Amino acid sequence: MNVATRPQLRDFARSRGALGPARLLAGPSRLDREKWTEHSSRLGGPISDAVGRIRPTQLVTMVRHAGLTGRGGAGFSTADKLAAVLRQRGGKVVVGNGSETEPAAAKDDLLLRLRPHLVLDGLAVVASALKADRTFLVVPSSLAHRSVSDALLERRIEDHPGPAVEVVLGPPNFVGGEETAVVRWLEGFPAVPRFQPPRCFERGWRGKPTLVQSVETIAHLGLIARFGSDWFRGVGTNDEPGTCLVTLSGAVSRPGVYEVPIGLQLVELLAAAGPDPAAAALLVGGYFGSWLKPAQFPAAQISRAGLRELGASPGAGVIHLLAAETCAVRESHRVVKWLAGQSAGQCGPCAQGLPALAEELERIANPLQARQQGVRLLERWCTQVENRGACRHPDGVVNLIRSTLATFGDEIQLHMQARCTGAAWSALPLPAAPRSEL
Amino acid sequence: MSSRYLRVDPTLCVGHGLCAELFPERVRLDDWGFPMIAADEVPTWLYRAARRAQASCPALALKFDRTPPRKPPGAGGHQAGVRNSAEKDRLELPRASRPTWSTPGPDPQ
Repeated sequence: MNVATRPQLRDFARSRGALGPARLLAGPSRLDREKWTEHSSRLGGPISDAVGRIRPTQLVTMVRHAGLTGRGGAGFSTADKLAAVLRQRGGKVVVGNGSETEPAAAKDDLLLRLRPHLVLDGLAVVASALKADRTFLVVPSSLAHRSVSDALLERRIEDHPGPAVEVVLGPPNFVGGEETAVVRWLEGFPAVPRFQPPRCFERGWRGKPTLVQSVETIAHLGLIARFGSDWFRGVGTNDEPGTCLVTLSGAVSRPGVYEVPIGLQLVELLAAAGPDPAAAALLVGGYFGSWLKPAQFPAAQISRAGLRELGASPGAGVIHLLAAETCAVRESHRVVKWLAGQSAGQCGPCAQGLPALAEELERIANPLQARQQGVRLLERWCTQVENRGACRHPDGVVNLIRSTLATFGDEIQLHMQARCTGAAWSALPLPAAPRSEL
Repeated sequence: MSSRYLRVDPTLCVGHGLCAELFPERVRLDDWGFPMIAADEVPTWLYRAARRAQASCPALALKFDRTPPRKPPGAGGHQAGVRNSAEKDRLELPRASRPTWSTPGPDPQ
């Protein structure tokens, strides 16, 4: 397992507030935890007083009407997941997943550090509605752990119906953020994904039906319980209401975490952050994401539907603007090589296929070794690796490679002629990857 | 009669390759010797072959039951539902006649 030894992006990430109505990042703008007194006076008292006891079916109906989707990357309907857990028999377990193992993401960490009470409110609502046996909150860093622990001490016991929240430091490896891997981690095993089905809501933590939700989703849930689903639908698009947190990094003068209404134009977000006007490309959706060229920026909208037309997805809200004069193929190779090393090594196609893909992409990224056959090999191996692992790790890598091949065909042709546009080093953040490796 | 599907647990499979030998109608091997299994349901006339492949797997990784395999990404997440024909085509194995399939690759070692 790769433990991060270098400072990570999230150590520096700042909250840049909201473009549009603020929900998660509303409140004091200082870079510190919002205190319990501030939180309860801002939102109207403790959650148990404001909401009372919610029946499970009520919660599902409310969330369904709100149209909340998971903010962890897959965008699965939260109401469907809740209903699936409720259908199961036996004691339930609730897991707030803030493991955030993606190196270019910082939003869960920031949310837990600045607004822990929003997440705890959400957990209280879900745990009491589901009558959960255990509640876990997985946090990405020791700073977040301290923030959440301090926040728990501030709350009165009656403010927190349901079982006591168990705060656990998350796994260090990249695939450890996947829901079955997190559940394994909480059981005391290495955080590696397992074969599905059965899915977590059928058999999760110690065999109990387990609801695993991103901490951002849980914070939204708490707000929906307080203010209702109509309030939640007041922002965002009709199909995807609400706001989402976006981690913006790269060649912008104000990088950090932004809260944006879903459906915001990408150029508006970039304009707010002060972008490099000559930026080479933009990676959206994190390291499982897709590349966009500057010509595509005006058409892009930060929503699943808006990015789908461009063959991309917002994922967990990670956006990286690649600096001018950077070779995106070389950057992709750096990331793919790192991701290949992050495979848990359980599934043959992932353990064998990803290193092979990384090696072939390395040839293409090197103008002295690029060959036409390499592109064909990459395409062939992408088809062979896709959808063949226990988790989506290989699929994410395949998505990034396909996007690289589709977006930077001209750059790859240049490499075939032993030329390259890249001059600058860019900084797609990778933990524990010394420069000498490249 | 509900339909049955052949699946492999990739965390158990170590690539013995017996399934491809015994059940070539549904299983073929990738460049590293791991089985690629057709996602559509197994027709009844192949049940015997499927059961034999399942029983012969030394790693006990093959499953032959009523659970449909997981869909590829972008095909509607993890909801098990009705597949349309276009999707089915995409889930099928790469055909030997496709040019990408016959590309000579370097030795995977």
